[in-house]
Amino acid sequence: MQELHNMSLQGLALAIKNRTVSARETSEHFLARAKAHASLKPALNPLQTADHLTPATTSCGAFVSFNEEFTLNLADQSDQRISKGQARSLEGVPIAHKDIFVTRDFPTTAGSKMLEGYCSPFDATVVSLLQQEGMINLGKLNCDEFAMGSSNENSAWGPVKNPWDVSRVAGGSSGGSAAAVALRLCPAATGTDTGGSIRQPASFCGVTGIKPTYGRASRYGMIAYASSLDQAGPMAQSAEDCALLLSAMCGPDLDRDSTSLDVPKEDFSRHLNDSIQGLRIGLPKEFFSDGLHADVRTCIDLALDEFKALGAQLVPIELPKTELSIPVYYILAPAEASSNLSRFDGVKFGFRAKAYKDLDDLYRKTRTEGFGEEVKKRIMIGTYVLSHGYYDAYYLQAQKIRRMISNDFQEAFKTCDVIAGPVTPQVAWKLGEQINDPVANYLADIFTLPASLAGLPAMSIPCGFGASSMPVGLQMIGNYFQESKLLNAAHQFQLSTDWHKKALRGTT
Amino acid sequence: MNSPLIQGYEVVIGFETHTQLTTQSKIFSRASIAFGSEANTQACAVDLALPGTLPVMNRQAVERAIEFGLAVGAHVSPSSVFARKNYFYPDLPKGYQISQFEIPVVQGGEVEFFLGQEKKVVRLVRAHLEEDAGKSLHEDFVDQSGIDLNRAGTPLLEIVTEPDMRSSAEAVAYAKELHKIVTWIGICDGNMQEGSFRCDANVSIRRPGEPLGTRREIKNLNSFKFMQQAIDFEVLWQIEQLEEGHKIIQSTVLFNPETGETKAMRTKEDSADYRYFPDPDLPALIIEQAWVDHVRSNMAELPRAMAARFVKDYGIPEYDAITLTQTQAMSHYFEQVAKISGQAKMASNWVMGELSRRLNAAHLGFEACPLDALTLAAMLSRISDATLSNNAAKVVLEELWAKPLEGQTPLSLVDSVIELKGLKQINDTKALEQIIDTVLAANADQIEQIKAGKDKAFNALIGQVMKASQGKANPKDVNDLMRSKIAAL
Repeated sequence: MQELHNMSLQGLALAIKNRTVSARETSEHFLARAKAHASLKPALNPLQTADHLTPATTSCGAFVSFNEEFTLNLADQSDQRISKGQARSLEGVPIAHKDIFVTRDFPTTAGSKMLEGYCSPFDATVVSLLQQEGMINLGKLNCDEFAMGSSNENSAWGPVKNPWDVSRVAGGSSGGSAAAVALRLCPAATGTDTGGSIRQPASFCGVTGIKPTYGRASRYGMIAYASSLDQAGPMAQSAEDCALLLSAMCGPDLDRDSTSLDVPKEDFSRHLNDSIQGLRIGLPKEFFSDGLHADVRTCIDLALDEFKALGAQLVPIELPKTELSIPVYYILAPAEASSNLSRFDGVKFGFRAKAYKDLDDLYRKTRTEGFGEEVKKRIMIGTYVLSHGYYDAYYLQAQKIRRMISNDFQEAFKTCDVIAGPVTPQVAWKLGEQINDPVANYLADIFTLPASLAGLPAMSIPCGFGASSMPVGLQMIGNYFQESKLLNAAHQFQLSTDWHKKALRGTT
Repeated sequence: MNSPLIQGYEVVIGFETHTQLTTQSKIFSRASIAFGSEANTQACAVDLALPGTLPVMNRQAVERAIEFGLAVGAHVSPSSVFARKNYFYPDLPKGYQISQFEIPVVQGGEVEFFLGQEKKVVRLVRAHLEEDAGKSLHEDFVDQSGIDLNRAGTPLLEIVTEPDMRSSAEAVAYAKELHKIVTWIGICDGNMQEGSFRCDANVSIRRPGEPLGTRREIKNLNSFKFMQQAIDFEVLWQIEQLEEGHKIIQSTVLFNPETGETKAMRTKEDSADYRYFPDPDLPALIIEQAWVDHVRSNMAELPRAMAARFVKDYGIPEYDAITLTQTQAMSHYFEQVAKISGQAKMASNWVMGELSRRLNAAHLGFEACPLDALTLAAMLSRISDATLSNNAAKVVLEELWAKPLEGQTPLSLVDSVIELKGLKQINDTKALEQIIDTVLAANADQIEQIKAGKDKAFNALIGQVMKASQGKANPKDVNDLMRSKIAAL
């Protein structure tokens, strides 16, 4: 039999259901692998008991918390269900969650000292939905603090290192999720995408990830960064696995999330095997500009050739406002964040500074000590752009351009079915390389931001290796509610290529 | 008419009223809003702003806003927007209050009322939905403050007027009328002690014809009495400032009921920048016409419409009609009495006069009136058929007050009381003539005076007749008989 950690979700679910392997054995197998890759700076993280501190030199810092008793207990329950013939669709298959989803049985920190020791009294809707399909929660995954960052260096629990080269970043903000899947520490993971936080780390770590149309996955229980952009999505080894997970994660949650769309649940797997003969793939000229590194461009071009071979048609399109998506995003997201993060004030829960003179001092010290640099930077930007006298020039203007960006996409979708291009201009950079160069850091988001601002579904699939043998991802963007079309194209691509199966040494 | 001036200054007042809406649960969560529960027992994860929680609009609160809009003839906006008002305070768990800023749900409208006999109209700017904050408890803790989040997220409708009022009396009359409207349509319980109806008064003064002066906002006036005191004090204070050559600085002030004074809390200079922006967690509030129509079809008749109907159907003066439509209970009581007795004006007089006086003294509303409308109607029918004089009727009413029917019909109960008290009016002309003759015989000199045109003497004789009849004589008959007898002398 294939190693458990290289099996597809369906294969794993079947093996467990057929009792080739028990749910407990499966969870134990993954837990053992995952524990070797806990956060590199455990001393900072009081959530982890000594038992979990295994900062091996190979650790990528992907996991930030475990609850072994809870996990194995759930696995035992799955085994019981199976023995009673009550197996659900993904019974006994483990999954790990980005630490931005609140969980009852694990601490939730959002990568921040501000939420040190915080335990939520409820599970995020997405976490519950996956559990209702029988999935076993393996632990929580490292991420950039409050999901702000593109390198996962902004976590209070240390950076996530890229499994393909530990001197490089894993990408962010869902870096722990991407690294964990790449290292096969868990069969699948959840992530969240605000401006590219699923697609970019997926691309950097060579895994598949998708964000659905804004509003399809409930935001209830997802700690908010930028409410109008945040979307949950799965990260896994293949488009086929992502389709299974996405079907479980999406669905209306109208009683808990007002931005949840009243669109019925959908089986995103049903079109996977459709032919893509005649599929029109739009190539935005702005995505293939000078900023795109040659090694990445080569991989993308080869992938597009593959699509042509599969019968797809390549159509040149334009997304003229692409460049503006950077300033628009870095006004709107911090504006919302500055307000969303006001609740972390040391009064009700989470971190509170020790010595303070009065109320103002309590606020100031708590937030100064509790938040990391990037978070503070974005709170300040957001506060500034919302201030009296600046609101019209920044926030309102950005909203207008955001609408124009959406309109550009609608114009483009008149001549194509899906849009394809690079996820990022370059492969994963070195740790520390951009940390002091915020502009370069923000510019690297240029290809992922437009779809986020428009609220469109978008995904990243592995399509080769660029400079320093680092993975490259192909981005595919669909029109609203066209997730199954995206997954169909990605699956057909993965049936004829094996980039997504190129596993790391030591994981096979 | 011209505004009343105080020391040559015109007073300009605008109101902002926070009305707590009578919903089951909070505006954005499912926690209960019942008053008086133990601290922090009525706050759920959403109210505590726990990470990952999101607001979901309570449709009942929106319906209350629509009802208000319809009641004051306002425009109910088909689309309105919730914004975040950002500031830090321990009783504000999210660090922002969700409120409507640029586009409120209710736009325009007006409130009509009488100030004495004069009809006034105050224009409304808007009414918007928002959530209340929690409460900070500074007592009972040493070196610490307590926070009670039971009130956090309670739905409020903030009703804002134009600066249309010109005196403290007019301001109080407006507040009373607004209170009447919101309690009438049932969107607010009107309990001022518990903070369900809180008024802020923006007060400024100017010389007639000049542009508006700088205003000061008196916060949280929670009784009509304090409202008047606070505004009166504030106006005199502002006049004094201007007379002494000082400028008024825009500020927020509090009224201290113990000293009767207003005192500044903060000035505009140190007011916060709230960084309003549309709440990305809440889509625009869309109200389709069908929803408005549905709400309208379920609403009780509004006081203004009812008053107009009373004037038309019962022929009573507009002043009466407006007074009678102070509360639903009062209007229903009146209408029952008017219908059964067929004596609308008489019913109006009794309901507005004697009954209101008695109920006020007992701190009761018409819904708890000890005298039921049928009994009052029966008594009025005995006045109109001349069995009872008005004065005698008051004695009967005293007896009927809280008297159970005990199987009798209202009319037989009334008759038995009249019998018991011996108050039956003397309508027998012969008997009356006897009394009058006796009185006239004993007052020859008065008759001379009457003949000389002195009406006072005539009234004195009437009084003597009434007294001799122990109040039972029909005053109108006495009057007529006396005049013809004296004329015949």
